[in-house]
Amino acid sequence: MKTNRYLLSILVDDEPGVLSRIAGLFSGRGFNIDSLSVATTADPNVSRITMVTNCDAQIIEQIKKHLHKLINVITVNDLTEKKYVERQLALIKVHAKPEKRAEILRIVDIFRCKIVHIGHSHYIIEMSGNNEKHEAFISLLQPMGIVEIASTGSIALARENGK
Amino acid sequence: MKLTGAQILIKMIKSQGVDTIFGYPGGATIDIHDELARHPDLRHILVRHEQGAVHAADGYSRAHDCVGVALVTSGPGATNTVTGIASAHTDSIPMVVFTGQVPTALIGNDAFQEVDIVGITRPCTKHNYLVKDPNKLAATIQEAFHIARSGRPGPVLVDLPKDILQAQIEFEMPKETALRSYKPNYTPNKKQLAKAVTMLKEAKRPVIFAGGGVILSRASKELTSIAKLAKIPVTGSLMGLGAFPGSHSLWLGMLGMHGTFRANMSIGTSDLIIAAGVRFDDRVTGNVKKFAPNAKIIQIDIDPTSIHKNIPVQCPIVGDCKTALAGILDLMEKEDPKDLTIDRGPWLDQIAQWKHTTPLKYEQGPEVIKPQFVVEKLYEATEGKAIITTEVGQNQMWAAQFYHFDKPNHFITSGGLGVMGFGLPAAIGAKAACPDKMVVDIAGDGSIQMNIQELMTAIESKLDVKIVILNNRFLGMVRQWQEFFYDKAYASTNMENAPDFVLLAQAYGAKGFRCDDPAKVEQTLKLGLETPGTVIMEFLVEREESVYPMVPAGGAITEMLLV
Ligand SMILES: Cc1ncc(C[n+]2csc(CCOP(=O)(O)OP(=O)(O)O)c2C)c(N)n1
Ligand SMILES: [Mg+2]
Repeated sequence: MKTNRYLLSILVDDEPGVLSRIAGLFSGRGFNIDSLSVATTADPNVSRITMVTNCDAQIIEQIKKHLHKLINVITVNDLTEKKYVERQLALIKVHAKPEKRAEILRIVDIFRCKIVHIGHSHYIIEMSGNNEKHEAFISLLQPMGIVEIASTGSIALARENGK
Repeated sequence: MKLTGAQILIKMIKSQGVDTIFGYPGGATIDIHDELARHPDLRHILVRHEQGAVHAADGYSRAHDCVGVALVTSGPGATNTVTGIASAHTDSIPMVVFTGQVPTALIGNDAFQEVDIVGITRPCTKHNYLVKDPNKLAATIQEAFHIARSGRPGPVLVDLPKDILQAQIEFEMPKETALRSYKPNYTPNKKQLAKAVTMLKEAKRPVIFAGGGVILSRASKELTSIAKLAKIPVTGSLMGLGAFPGSHSLWLGMLGMHGTFRANMSIGTSDLIIAAGVRFDDRVTGNVKKFAPNAKIIQIDIDPTSIHKNIPVQCPIVGDCKTALAGILDLMEKEDPKDLTIDRGPWLDQIAQWKHTTPLKYEQGPEVIKPQFVVEKLYEATEGKAIITTEVGQNQMWAAQFYHFDKPNHFITSGGLGVMGFGLPAAIGAKAACPDKMVVDIAGDGSIQMNIQELMTAIESKLDVKIVILNNRFLGMVRQWQEFFYDKAYASTNMENAPDFVLLAQAYGAKGFRCDDPAKVEQTLKLGLETPGTVIMEFLVEREESVYPMVPAGGAITEMLLV
């Protein structure tokens, strides 16, 4: 079956164990989580979980229903088909050979990223953007020699209010 | 008014209308038992194993149509409940299990008899709690009962650290539970109900498929009226037996792997299935790709995750079964009755013919007792009025096939999980709930040994249960699979080394009778059922009898092995 990338924004009670309930739901039913990010919201009793998963249309329906069934889940908003803003933050450590530095700086500039550390042989670059930008940026840096990457999961908000 | 945590617990349990709990004490729960002793109006039944407490609470819940309650200590007491909780979870049985826990200061320290029971039971409870603040105890208990009984019911576990039970706090009755994140939807969509009726009017070969949800939502009456009004034959899952009268002419018998020929053929031939409170378990559907190939499906369930899970549904109705069926019935009553039963004659004739050519059958000769015969005679001896619990295996299937249930809440079995050792404690729970009813555990010789210690509970608490052991000296159901699919290599299924069940009954202080003569089956049943107290009736039955029909795993349900 054809799989798609789905982006879910889930509001949950901020209680111990909520994350393991969600993680357990996915592992117990063989669903995949591609990325996950959790933080409190303006309401200190509520956390937002932003989750990315790749699956087919029937599975995402099951995932949404099962998430909703968890007692601590308040709302499940599938942003996939909606207008939304998505960001991922990544720190990328890349080899900075003298002859490549100008090119790295150019790429960083085009993508409006920042160099946050300069070492003798490498840079650390901070980039933020949606998933596509993230992938494009990484693929351009690949030839320079990426040493390591630390990346957050996606976070996202619907553009319109209420939904 | 200042109360201890233990006092609050008991006050809250009582406030939920509970008058019986099943439990076993330990260091972490002494405070509760100490307090319980001062509350004769809250009956505590002391089991002999914590698994028994949970199955008994399950039996109590199902017989009495209420929330069952179990109370156990921390560590091993808590882990012993897991099988029972998992069984209740699969069968959607409302239940609250209280576990003791080490004092909050010790949690996470690998303290003596500490286990993370909330972590362990997360996937097999509807919800669970660790209470860390005595001020939240009362509200949490109330919430636990609310969640257990509402929506799709299920077990809820509440873990109670010892210091919380000992804390003295100012008690206030909590406000009514209102959870922003949990609001089960009971009210079905009206358009969907109307669509269901339209589909029904167009159908020529409709079948109603009733599950445990019909019993849980007390919808038997509505379901039965719909079936009668539109002359729709009814089949049921194992959990749905009793949802429709088993002696009615529209009853097809059970569906699935060991379903009747006519039930399985009806579903295979049907053009419309009205599925109520079922989740299309693989034991019912067989190969999902070949399930009901000609039928449109209307599915009613309170739990949206049950819908479209493994079978595509053309008319999903999310909501309470009773409300939805009542709504459909209302709409049907506005129709001309003739429009509801178009072409029903040929369909019912076809079904009658299936029943005639291929009924459930066995042949009772003069020598060896057939297990089916025992169940049939038990049905007659109890006039079909007993509450029947079962163990698991062939005994369970023969009980389902040959005892006919006219009312809900009379057949109590571990359906979804299939727990051997369920029947005896569940029977004790059912008897505690319905002291005036005859309660019979139809047992296998293997299963009965799994919670045999509960005989002592039955005797101590004067909960008289009758146990009918269909003793084939085999783990019969597994043997049957070995016979069919493993060249009769009966590895690890021989149970010839068994206790003398009659002496065993006596050792516990119960009565025991044995029968190995087909001519004496009725007499033995009569004697056993009429003897006061808890009684074991052991029937030495045909060793290699198999349950038919049988749909081999992965096959279509219409492809049955018949003899
Ligand atoms: C706790 C547990 N262990 C193992 C099984 C697997 N199992 C299913 S049926 C069965 C045989 C049961 O034997 P018995 O109680 O004698 O019943 P019979 O099938 O012979 O009627 C077994 C071992 C189970 N269902 N439950
Ligand atoms: Mg046996």
